[in-house]
Formats: sequence, C-alpha cells, structure tokens
Amino acid sequence: MVEEAMMKLKGSEIIMESLLREGVDVMFGYPGGAILPTYDAMSLYEERLHHVLVRHEQGASHMADGYARATGEVGVCIATSGPGATNLVTGLATAMMDSSPIVAITGQVPIPAIGSDAFQETDVTGVTLPITKHNYLVTDVRDLAYTIKEAFHIARTGRPGPVLVDVPKDVQNAETEFVWPEGDIVLPGYDPPWAAQTHEIDAALRLIAEAERPIILAGHGIIMSGAMNEVRELAERAQIPVSLTLLGKGAMPEDHPLVIGMMGMHGEASSNLAIQEADLLIALGMRFDDRVTGNLKTYAQNARKIHIDIDRSEINKNVKADVGIAGDLKTVLTQLLPKLEGKSHPAWIGRIRDWLEDSSERDILNYETPGILLTAQVVNDIWKLTGGDAITVTDVGQHQMLEAQYYPHQRPATLLTSGGLGTMGFGFPAAIGAKFGKPDEEIWAIVGDGGFQMTLCEMATAVQENVNVNIAIINNNFLGMVRQWQELFFEKRYQATPMVNPDFCKLADAYGIPNRCVTQRDEIEDAVRFAQGIDGPTLIEFVVEKEEMVYPMVPAGADLHDMKRRPKPGEA
Amino acid sequence: MAEVKIDSKVTVVALVENEPGVLNRIASLFRRRAFNIDSLTVGRTHRPHISRMTIRVDAGPEYARKIATNLQKLVNVIDVRVIDNEPHVERDLALIKVRNDDADSRNTITEICDRYPARIVDVGPKVAIIEMVGTEDIIEEFIEQVRPIGIVEMIRTGVVSMGRGTRIHDTNFINRRALVEAASKARSSNGHNV
Ligand SMILES: Cc1cc2nc3c(=O)[nH]c(=O)nc-3n(C[C@H](O)[C@H](O)[C@H](O)COP(=O)(O)OP(=O)(O)OC[C@H]3O[C@@H](n4cnc5c(N)ncnc54)[C@H](O)[C@@H]3O)c2cc1C
Ligand SMILES: Cc1ncc(C[n+]2csc(CCOP(=O)(O)OP(=O)(O)O)c2C)c(N)n1
Repeated sequence: MVEEAMMKLKGSEIIMESLLREGVDVMFGYPGGAILPTYDAMSLYEERLHHVLVRHEQGASHMADGYARATGEVGVCIATSGPGATNLVTGLATAMMDSSPIVAITGQVPIPAIGSDAFQETDVTGVTLPITKHNYLVTDVRDLAYTIKEAFHIARTGRPGPVLVDVPKDVQNAETEFVWPEGDIVLPGYDPPWAAQTHEIDAALRLIAEAERPIILAGHGIIMSGAMNEVRELAERAQIPVSLTLLGKGAMPEDHPLVIGMMGMHGEASSNLAIQEADLLIALGMRFDDRVTGNLKTYAQNARKIHIDIDRSEINKNVKADVGIAGDLKTVLTQLLPKLEGKSHPAWIGRIRDWLEDSSERDILNYETPGILLTAQVVNDIWKLTGGDAITVTDVGQHQMLEAQYYPHQRPATLLTSGGLGTMGFGFPAAIGAKFGKPDEEIWAIVGDGGFQMTLCEMATAVQENVNVNIAIINNNFLGMVRQWQELFFEKRYQATPMVNPDFCKLADAYGIPNRCVTQRDEIEDAVRFAQGIDGPTLIEFVVEKEEMVYPMVPAGADLHDMKRRPKPGEA
Repeated sequence: MAEVKIDSKVTVVALVENEPGVLNRIASLFRRRAFNIDSLTVGRTHRPHISRMTIRVDAGPEYARKIATNLQKLVNVIDVRVIDNEPHVERDLALIKVRNDDADSRNTITEICDRYPARIVDVGPKVAIIEMVGTEDIIEEFIEQVRPIGIVEMIRTGVVSMGRGTRIHDTNFINRRALVEAASKARSSNGHNV
C-alpha cells in the first residue's frame, strides 16, 4: 500500500488502494475499453489483489455474491461500461433480493461524452437504481476514495446489499492526492437501527410468557447478524420449536430436536401446520416472503406476532406485527435473553412430533424405487458422503428444493442459494466465488440441467483458476420445476420444458474437467469419492427420473395448510 | 359550490441531499413500491446542500408510515417525518389564467378575488392571471368559484408544509466532500499521516 499521505495517484490506482484498504484480496471481472485504465493498474497490485477472469459478467456478479454469502464479507466484481455493466444486472438483482453485500465497479465513458450516446454508453446508475442498495457515479477523482469506502460501508452494514460505483474513464486516468478517509463513515441519511427500546423488549417477553403454542421463524437475518447462539438459547430456554426459511437454513443445526424443518411452499408439513396452529410467531430476520406465507388472509390467523428485523420497512409490510422491533437481531436478543424466563410446551411439541412422524412415512427415501435414480437419493447420498459438512450451492428448481429437504445443514452459510429472485444460472458461478472465500471447505454446486446451461461457460474460469468445485448436474432432461407446475396446473402440457441436452461429460472433457456420469444409485458413492479426490473442478452428471415431483407443495397463493402431499406407500 | 372535504390526506416531509439523481431515486422508489401520491414538491432550504420535500398522500397514516420507512432507507434521504395530526402550516400556490374579455367576467374575477387570499398579477385584453396562495382546500374551493368564468390554463405548485412552534426539522449536514476534506485537514494539522 502507499504509505506516503501526499502521494499523487491515478484514479485507477486509487481504486486498487481503496480495495486493499477494505480488505479485498480477490475480484471477479471482465475487461473492456472504459475500464481498461483500472485493469492496467491491476498489474501493479497483482500479488495482493487477485483478479479472476470470468467468461461472462453475470458470472462475475454471482461469484462476488457467492463469495459474500460464504464469508459474510463484501464480494467485488468489476466490468466495463455498456454491455459489461448490463451483464451484471441479474447478479445485482439477485444480491439485492437476498441482501448479499457486493460492490460492483463499472467503467463509464469519459465525463464529456456522458449523455451523447457514446460508444458503449449506458446509464448504469439509472439501470441499476432499483436493484442496488445504493449506487454512485463518480464525477471527480477527489471523490473516488471516500466513495469506495462509503460503498463498502453501505454494502456490509444494516441490511446488506449490492452497491455499484460507476467510474468514468477520465476519472480513472485523472490524478489526485490519495487520501484514505480514516475513521468511521458519517452519512447523514444512513443510520440503520441497532438496539431495541426497553418497552419493546418487555412487550416481546410478555407475549412469549403468555404463549402456549409459540414457534420461531428463523430467517437469513440470523446468519447475517451472527445471532445463531442467541436464537438457540431463546429456543432452548423457552422450549420453542424452530422452523427455518430456505435462506435461514443453517441458522440453527438441523439435527437439533427443536428444529422442525423448513417452512413454506415446499416446506415440511409439520412446520406449515404448526404455523397455522401457533398462538405466537417469533419472526427473526425473515421477511414473510410469499413463498413462505401462502395466502396472507389465512396465514397464522391464531397467532400474535413478534417481528424483529433490521429493516424497519419490513415490519408490517406483509404481516402485521403485534410487537415489531427494528434492530440488529443479535443486539436485540442479547437485550432480551437476560430477562427471559424458562418455559416448556410439551403438548405443543408432542403435537408437532406427530406431524413429523406422519411426514417421514411419506418420505420418498422410504419407498422402493428399483431401476430409477431420484434427486432426493442423490442429494441425500452427497449429504452422507460429505459428512453433512460441505458448502452446497444450488441453482433454482426442483433440485434446489430437494437439496433443502434432503441435505440438513448444521452450520450457517453452508447452503448458498438464490431465494428471492430465484435466479437460474446462479449456482455454479456462486460456488466458484464461495471457494475463493472459503478455500478450505468442500464445495458442491448442485445444479439442474437447465440452469447449469445458463452459466456453464464459467467452466473455463474454474479450469483457468483451478478452482476445486464439484459440479453435480441433476439431469432430468426437463426444466423440472416448470414441468411440475405444468403437470399439476396445466394438464401435463409440457410446453417448452423438455430439453435436448449436450453430453455434459463430453462437454467437461472439452474444458478439461474430470467427470463421471451416474445412472444408478449404487454408482453414486464411487463418483462422489472420485470428485472428492481431485484438487480442481470436477463434474458429475446424475441422470435422474424425468418426472419426479417435489412434495409437499403449497400451490402459489393457496392457504399454507392446503398442501399437496405425497401419498403414503400403499395409499396411491 | 365546492363540497367541503374531510381531509383524509397525510403529509410526509423529507430532508434530502441536494445531489444529482436524488429525485430520480425517490420517483423510482414510489413507482417500484406502487405508492400512490397526491403531490410532491421539492425546494431548497437555507442550507445549500439540503433540499426539502413535501409529499401528500391520499391515504391513512399507516400508508404514510410505509412511505416514510422506505424513504428513510434511501441513503440520500437525511430525515423523514410524517405530519399527521400535529399542528402545522401548509401552503399551496396556484396560477390560474382566466378569461377576461368582457365586463362581466372582469367584475366577477375582482369580486371573487376580494373574498380569497388571491390577487390578479397580470391583466391583458383577453385573459388575466390570478395568483392564489393558501391551503389545498381553499384553493380548490377558489378554483370552483372561477371555473364558470372560464379557466384557460392553470398550474399548482403542490403543497408545502411546516410544523408549527419550535418543532424543528433540520440538519447540520453540509456535504460529503467537505466533511471528508475537513476531517483529513484536521488530521494533517495534527501531524498524523494517513
Ligand atoms: C423455487 C423456489 C421455491 C421456494 N420455496 C421456498 C419455501 O418453500 N420456503 C422458504 O422458506 N423459501 C422458499 N423460497 C425462497 C423464498 O423465495 C425467499 O427467498 C426466502 O423465504 C427468504 O428467506 P428470509 O426471509 O429468511 O431471507 P431474506 O429474504 O434474505 O430476508 C432476510 C431478512 O433479514 C433481515 N436482516 C438482515 N440482517 C439483519 C440483522 N443483522 N438483524 C435483523 N434482521 C436482519 C433483512 O432485513 C430481511 O428482512 C423459494 C425460492 C425458490 C426459488
Ligand atoms: C433465469 C430464470 N429463468 C426462468 C426461471 C423460471 N424457472 C424456475 S425453475 C425452472 C426450471 C429449472 O430447471 P432445471 O435447471 O433443469 O432444474 P430442475 O427444476 O429440473 O431441478 C425455470 C425455468 C428462473 N427461475 N430463472
């Protein structure tokens, strides 16, 4: 780093210096004309700031996102103006929906050319305005350093999210004294809530004390806040069952006796039924997504609600809270726990246990399925063979839901998945990003044959960087989740869902990626062990049953208890 | 005659950084969240870097609070208040061009203007411009009065609003770069290296 305070640097070098001071050591990007000065400056910083050349800027944005989700640190992606920047859009929107902290740096045409429809000019701050937490167009090199500092601060604090910094080419070339603003950022209009007021804590405690059928709805905010221990203590001391959102998986170890599974559209029946019968919901860092609530009019009608979220606008947005607390979850629970009295709810927990029992009778793993391979089996075997301790990164669709159902997670930030936007193409690049953040963890990208083809070009990136990511393609030759909807709601008119796929193994060969194809259950172990033995990218194609269904399913907009269930064996 | 309206409207007041794109952010937020607003005005304050917005919403206070919590999330929005029942002064300004081409209309205009806080600011052979400042309700009432004469064109600024008494809605903030530069000057004069 530059030690001399009064040193003149180019804007491009200021970007590098600022990234280093924010603790960045890897960035994912793709060069082009308007960002070229910054790429030139990278050569001076190569050893401390590694640049990963992707094959499509969307990949860069998902890699930054995967890095951020795996580590809780800000992920960085970089792209040129115009098409480079617009290719980041899907990744920014994905990160925005799931509150993932990333900073995107984009080149822009020189300031005098802005507004002239110059070559590769796009109003990127305009385009990304609704899909970033904040964005900047830097028009003076003197603003660059503190703007980048602000960008990181905004991305990682409060409710995290993506921030974009658009830097015109002439600003990258201009020189100024590099001054890194030390100390805290002061932003007059940015002051995320932190602690609760005493009367709010007391009101929450009163509801907890009065409840006979309480349930904790554990969301992604627990993981972002680092409040896993506090949530666990709350659950254990007051004996409250815990249901997880998709993004909340890992917020509490799934083998914990109080954890009753995922809630929502493809959640555990026990969770959904418990929510509908509960007399108190304690919603922690979750935002009552419509995939979680189903029909709001009939949602948890018997329950009072405590909602704790760092984003005040989430409280009363979808579900009216009896006690709404805007604050950081860990901070608020730390205020609450000392005053919490122990309780027990044996009858309530017994009732939920019965539902769980009924669910396990319907579990597809308990069925005889000779000759066919099921996604549930693949996922569950990967779970066993990785000791349940890998970081899994999924794409979007049936395999994603089956991952959520059949790969119990014990630790936070070990399931990385696009929840809010449901972005196909997310899984594989996000897994690459996660590996850069967590080089010592075993990483599995579990992807569908459809979604994988949206970003499979990143196989070249994985090879060029020798990234040790295992790709498990769940190949059902269908856009499976859409096919499921067509089967249930469109009388099996499979319009535009059957897929003619490439030979994935040959494709892997072409990229130089070791691979296996699995068609039988007894081949799974061998293939997984093969992948685990290779220090670099591997690909396994699992050819699974074409018309598998994900159950339970709450049809979109239906009541949460109105689930389509898999019949018990012998019932069908 | 104008109906006497029961005022169901709520006012949200926001202090925002006077930076390029801020209005765009706010407009984008309203569109994205499908917030229905009645009027929006922006103007400068006594602080060069701060603008003040008044947003009128034709909905209950709960809706206004939803708008406020969302506005507060914008980094360039410094502070937001919902003015609900608290005592406040509120003004709207209208310029109304009316037909003025016979004695009858001229007389009626003068007569109506005498009864309202309105004045004729421009008189021509065919039309006159009336300026009217007041609360939204009274302006609406006035418009109904002059409508029969024949309104040729009209513009209203939208409502601005300020709490009464010592209720202050202000900030000390100047601007970002000044903040950063002042901090770094302070440091270098202390002899610290960055
Ligand atoms: C095909 C498909 C099916 C799906 N089915 C389901 C399903 O069955 N069940 C399900 O649960 N999801 C499902 N989802 C995902 C769903 O769409 C949502 O993404 C998910 O429910 C959101 O979970 P969340 O609210 O915990 O996380 P987020 O959406 O990330 O919300 C996190 C919340 O935590 C808050 N927060 C952040 N930091 C803090 C802090 N420090 N302190 C306090 N609060 C904080 C944030 O403000 C935010 O409100 C599905 C998605 C897809 C694509
Ligand atoms: C970018 C994008 N386009 C379309 C969709 C709609 N969609 C949701 S799931 C799905 C099918 C996914 O198929 P596949 O990747 O093969 O996974 P599967 O469901 O078969 O496991 C589609 C098309 C989406 N989520 N994202």
